[in-house]
Amino acid sequence: MAKHHVSATVNGDAVEFLCESEQTLLDCLRDELDLTGAKEGCSSGDCGACSVMVDGRLVCSCLVLGVEASGKSIETIEGLSDGEKLHPLQQKFLEHAALQCGICTPGFLVASKALLEKHPNPTETEIRYWLAGNLCRCTGYDKIIRAVIDAAAEMRGA
Amino acid sequence: MRYEAPDTIDAAVKLLAGEAGLARVLAGGTDLLVQMRSDVVSPDLVVDIKKISELRQVKEEAGGFRVGAAVTGAELKEHAKLPKAWPGLVEAANLIGSTQVQGRATMGGNLCNGSPAADSVPGLIAAGATATLVGPNGRRDLKVEDIMLAPRKLALTKGEIVASFLLPARPARSSDAYLRFIPRTEMDIAVVGCGVSLTLDPSGTCTAARVSLGAVAARPLLVEDAAKAIIGTKLNHAALAKLEAAARAACKPIDDKRGTVEFRIDVAGVLARRAALIAQERARKA
Repeated sequence: MAKHHVSATVNGDAVEFLCESEQTLLDCLRDELDLTGAKEGCSSGDCGACSVMVDGRLVCSCLVLGVEASGKSIETIEGLSDGEKLHPLQQKFLEHAALQCGICTPGFLVASKALLEKHPNPTETEIRYWLAGNLCRCTGYDKIIRAVIDAAAEMRGA
Repeated sequence: MRYEAPDTIDAAVKLLAGEAGLARVLAGGTDLLVQMRSDVVSPDLVVDIKKISELRQVKEEAGGFRVGAAVTGAELKEHAKLPKAWPGLVEAANLIGSTQVQGRATMGGNLCNGSPAADSVPGLIAAGATATLVGPNGRRDLKVEDIMLAPRKLALTKGEIVASFLLPARPARSSDAYLRFIPRTEMDIAVVGCGVSLTLDPSGTCTAARVSLGAVAARPLLVEDAAKAIIGTKLNHAALAKLEAAARAACKPIDDKRGTVEFRIDVAGVLARRAALIAQERARKA
């Protein structure tokens, strides 16, 4: 079976890659495009460590086939900072020590950014529900929630 | 494995009907990709139906709505009219998985995955939804309650696809609700699910109702006796007691790690009562 030739946009750049039908978007990002920020946690859509945006929609890249990315615009954690300048969410995660081992962090950041784009001023409850599909086994979540609340305030210019 | 993404439904049907090996439809992929990764299914052909515009639309039809089978939960929630018209169904679809899963998961997939615990299926059954199927022999309509026969077993023939769901027109003072029991607040599979849709007359008497239960039998159930218990009443104490009893009588659950037979039967009654009261409250304002 011939490989699929996929053309897509990743973090604003046109990319092309070859993939097998079975390969997930996560596999393609990590193994074909060397974008290893999205992590493989569960491969079943439960942990959110592989969260990316596809055409503006937050998804688990382990539950998307690579070939489905054809013609789509993908945003990953690698596109979050502006060069050396960290995104406010990244800065606040550091300030609040909202990570320990860091495996879940790219997924939390991508998911949090998606939330704040939709709801610039979410309540704590809204943040917790929105992030229910991102699992963290280190922090107990509280510092993550504080960091998102703080980043949201900064991004609103409050 | 071959991957195809046709842009017409006829091409999709032709591919599925013509495949000698194992063929699977890919909508949101939130069940299929998990099953492929864990080697539960190893399809020879996957037909991605998301490029078929008919399957990706919500449109108004005959006073109701036609919802494409590959419309995602997030899209249902963001629709201008659906969440107000069918709040229970939209809630049910949005209880499936996380925000990430909501960006992909579809009601067509939820139905065709064939799980008795599928959240949106009791919502669809309570809504009185009719599914339009397209197959090698053309189109046909089936009530949603007649599609899933047993776990992983559907009334679809080879090559047939669920294309859309028709949510019927209904009178003023109609609404619906869906509740499920899980041991936590998010990210779990229903121990029991219950959808109730009803219509009230100007005096508040229930003139029409449908009650559906999930995860308490080998397939999602339409419980006509539960509906009869509240039709013609104002959902007073006695009617609600009858509703609870009818819901419990319909249950044929299994014991598993999520819940025991006794617990599921008991909870089915509680959820039926609560969902009916929520639907009633909403219908008063609808």
